[in-house]
Amino acid sequence: MILQVSSSPHIRDRSSTPRLMLDVVIALIPALIASIYMFGYRAALVTAVTVGSAVLFEYISRKVMKRYNSISDYSAVVTGLLLAFNLSPTIPLYIPVIGSFIAIVIVKQMFGGIGQNFVNPALAARVILTLSYPSAMTRWAILASRAKDAGAAAVNGAAGGADLISAATPLYLLQDSGGQVTSDMPTYLHMFIGFKGGCLGEVPILALLIGIVYLVIRKTIALWTPLAFVGTVGLLTFLGGQDPLYHMLSGGLVLGAFFMATDYVTVPLTRSGRVIFGIGCGLITSLIRLFGGMTEGVSFAILFMNLLTPHIERLTTPVPFGGRAHEKQ
Amino acid sequence: MAKKKQQPLLTIFGKGLLRENPVLRLVLGMCPTLAVTTSVENGLGMGLAASFVLISSNLIISLLRNAIPAKVRIPAFITIIAGMVTLVQMLMQAFLPALNESLGIFIPLITVNCIILARAEMFASKNAVLPSVIDGLGMGLGYTAALVLMGTIREIMGNGSFFNLSLPGLQAGGYIEPMLVMILPPGGFFALGILVAFAQKLNAYLDKRERQPADQDLNCAGAINDQTACLLCGGCSLGQRGEQGPVDPETAEFNKRGNRS
Repeated sequence: MILQVSSSPHIRDRSSTPRLMLDVVIALIPALIASIYMFGYRAALVTAVTVGSAVLFEYISRKVMKRYNSISDYSAVVTGLLLAFNLSPTIPLYIPVIGSFIAIVIVKQMFGGIGQNFVNPALAARVILTLSYPSAMTRWAILASRAKDAGAAAVNGAAGGADLISAATPLYLLQDSGGQVTSDMPTYLHMFIGFKGGCLGEVPILALLIGIVYLVIRKTIALWTPLAFVGTVGLLTFLGGQDPLYHMLSGGLVLGAFFMATDYVTVPLTRSGRVIFGIGCGLITSLIRLFGGMTEGVSFAILFMNLLTPHIERLTTPVPFGGRAHEKQ
Repeated sequence: MAKKKQQPLLTIFGKGLLRENPVLRLVLGMCPTLAVTTSVENGLGMGLAASFVLISSNLIISLLRNAIPAKVRIPAFITIIAGMVTLVQMLMQAFLPALNESLGIFIPLITVNCIILARAEMFASKNAVLPSVIDGLGMGLGYTAALVLMGTIREIMGNGSFFNLSLPGLQAGGYIEPMLVMILPPGGFFALGILVAFAQKLNAYLDKRERQPADQDLNCAGAINDQTACLLCGGCSLGQRGEQGPVDPETAEFNKRGNRS
């Protein structure tokens, strides 16, 4: 019998890392199915390559570093899925493998494995890939058979593959039209269901919402950060004179806010800290979307706030009853 | 000053290569290291230029070590180093104008390179001529090797070429296209971080194998702490590195939550 000695509070709880990670995987499955429906077999292929290589790199790096094998906690699967959801369906297949290497080996295992990474591995990989392969990472496409639903301007001509034709993201169209929603852009309904160009997982908002409801019921995620994040983006884009609902439904906002800005490791633990985190993400996202040269800023925003997380935690550490406020150093 | 026992010349030469590699172990001279290593050619050129200055300034400072008054030694060192740098720059302008162009401001900045000043202060001003030259040679080679290594990684990954020879299949349009980020500034930090990690690992392995107390001179180099090194260097936009200490225990505690059972 093993006696565990730990400091208080002593709370008995069934939750474990594999269970939490499995919940996230389950929550992402509706979006994956919707994405395969929208983009065809390429979506499944990209996801399979990304998840497979992520798990493989996790196994190899743990082996090389002589640590216990950790692939059974599903965290590599979650990272792989989230990274795949951040890629375009037309991407050459070696790019997801490089992305998995960056996420798992460099960002996660080199800093000590699960729980020790200082930023979200999938997002760090996405940003490095975006900087490395700017054209491949922003070449969007949609199945030809779904294109007629995606709005006329969203689709311009055939692109390479037999069935996929290129489609600009709504945010790109929005920047092109000077911030005004025009009639040939995808409608709210199309945006909500997912008939639009974009990354695998950011497109099907309806399917993502099903996963989010599951996670909230399972109490896997708390809604403080995502709501603060989405709300800030809505408010600031409204103040910026653009359509807030359109901004909330486009880009990786829902995926980022609910699945990445709720990561346990890289987001503050305190409730007020999480709200600050969400507001900060929303602020940076809106600034990039309204004034930046890039059309989308969710990944940069979350990554930047990840780096600020230790400082936010220091500011918002609660004072124990009878204790003293955190001493200034 | 107590008379120290002279180390064997081979030890003095060897320590610059790995044990006290200026870039990978002492983390000195970061601005040229990160800025110019976008290709092997640049790394090699920068390394050799700095090595020449290092060896010759070590030689002169060692010769003059009893003539330079202690109070004005730093300005005296800088003057000697600046003279050598001017020499290198004129030679480069005359014979290697293309390399001179691509290294740009970083050639004159060798003057304030903290490696050179550190070796002058820590070694050449206290040691005889021959050990000082050997020290400069070892440190210079270690510096050049680290820069060439960084240049190799960044050029192959970021440009699909090695020493300006394009590698088949790694060019734009090939099997694997080059990763643009590696020749951008972030790529420098990635390459450096990973190389430092490997150097650290290799040193730990060597320490374990030898089971000997740390090198005497490591302490001497350790006397230059991060802040001094940064003040000495003065040529980069990184600012003071003293701020970022180790993670405080509370944050470490928070970060452990992934393992909570």
